[in-house]
Amino acid sequence: MKHLLGTESLSHANALAILDTAEEMAAVGEREVKKLPALRGRTVVNLFFEDSTRTRISFEAAAKRLSADVINFAAKGSSVSKGESLKDTAQTLEAMSADAVVIRHHASGAPARLANSGWIDAAVINAGDGTHAHPTQALLDAFTMRRHLARLAGTASTGTDLAGLRVIIAGDVLHSRVARSNVWLLRTLGASVTLVAPPTLLPVGVEHWPCTVNYDLDAALDAGVDAVMMLRVQAERMHNSFFPSTREYARRWGLDDARLARLDTLGLADTIIMHPGPMNRGLEISSAAADSPRSTVLAQVRNGVSVRMAALYLLLSGDLHDDAATPFSKDAR
Amino acid sequence: MTDSPAGPGTVSRVVLAAADIDRALTRIAYEILEANKGGKDLLLFGIPRRGYPLARRLAAKLAATDPALDADAIVGQLDVTMFRDDLAHQPTRAPQPTQLPAAGIDGKVVVLVDDVLYSGRTIRAALDALVDLGRPRAVRLAVLVDRGHRELPIRADHVGKNLPTSWREKVRVRLTETDGTDEVVIEAGA
Repeated sequence: MKHLLGTESLSHANALAILDTAEEMAAVGEREVKKLPALRGRTVVNLFFEDSTRTRISFEAAAKRLSADVINFAAKGSSVSKGESLKDTAQTLEAMSADAVVIRHHASGAPARLANSGWIDAAVINAGDGTHAHPTQALLDAFTMRRHLARLAGTASTGTDLAGLRVIIAGDVLHSRVARSNVWLLRTLGASVTLVAPPTLLPVGVEHWPCTVNYDLDAALDAGVDAVMMLRVQAERMHNSFFPSTREYARRWGLDDARLARLDTLGLADTIIMHPGPMNRGLEISSAAADSPRSTVLAQVRNGVSVRMAALYLLLSGDLHDDAATPFSKDAR
Repeated sequence: MTDSPAGPGTVSRVVLAAADIDRALTRIAYEILEANKGGKDLLLFGIPRRGYPLARRLAAKLAATDPALDADAIVGQLDVTMFRDDLAHQPTRAPQPTQLPAAGIDGKVVVLVDDVLYSGRTIRAALDALVDLGRPRAVRLAVLVDRGHRELPIRADHVGKNLPTSWREKVRVRLTETDGTDEVVIEAGA
């Protein structure tokens, strides 16, 4: 595995390898010296064509904890605003001998273009492209769910998957790369996914995805759920009116105080509430829900650093000895 | 990897059987206590994968000799994967857990335990990993087999068996906990 572009083609074994490695990386975060020398002398470029807070900071922290050198590149304030193409930007990075490029781009497929065009040799990690994929977010969500399951069972999470977990992903599925990456990864890990959204915010072809679709959040909650993931309403991508008013959206598809209380009434004491951030409080999620003990929003951010450390380590450590057939060898001496 | 049957043209020879391994560990346990003048401040850190079961066995023997020691409280596992100098040149290795005794390692005498001492590079990585965890008073090294061919100025304090080998040969340590049987085997290449 040389690049991490999406979760659709990620195998069960490789997904578990990333999550298990992330578990060891998380242990480093609890030590006094929160640094490992694994990527010393390597250069990681954060190439962000779109605004981001947590993903960029998270990748930067992850690379620094592995002792890599980090170069941050934001399209704003760079030559991109003078019209430089992706190819020229990429070749500039190549000339600076970047070992990994973490790319966020507003166009779906930009990371794949970067990885497969032959412009650069570096490993490419997709940090979100258009409405296509956001694999590290899906991995950190799965990591958070797996830890939750392990805590309930009182066992170690290493080596386990998400078999039997019931997940609702609710909100703006149409514009959400997080939802797409999660649907594929959660399917691979054995969870069952229900998408809940108004019909206008579901993409064409959703019936071919490995999940069920429900237009009614209350009915979906009634069926029982272990994790509710609320998606952000992406106003910046909405150039049409997808629902009559924000009030109506919040009432019908938001996780408001009434639905939060309903989780207790339904006896779903162990159900967690997830959100990839940034949150629109009062729209898709109420403040009470976002700040409740069920909320894993901050745990997701914390786990993001561990998962991104794992991804960077696994992509960069063995790359001078590339063996596509067995990317991870646990027992090699 | 150790489980793979020897291919055609390889000759394997058992150099330590189960009883030999046990005797060697018993002697090492006594040597550790003697060198440390008792069990005070001792910690045993096994290096994954096969160093850890060896450390557990040594701790049980130490506890049997010195009742003041609690075998579970003095054993740890030290993963050195992220500190290796060959990360870029080997297939990717998945890191193993590091487990520290609750009391920490500051001021303690840490005995690193591994199955085979060869180039010495694993031990160098272990020394680096230890630095990030605290400041032990002393670090010692116990290995079941020393097969020579050192590439770094590192030596073991306690050795189960010195085994002169050719670099073409492979030394396989198999332990009940990881491989279902106790033996040390030399495999000669064709």
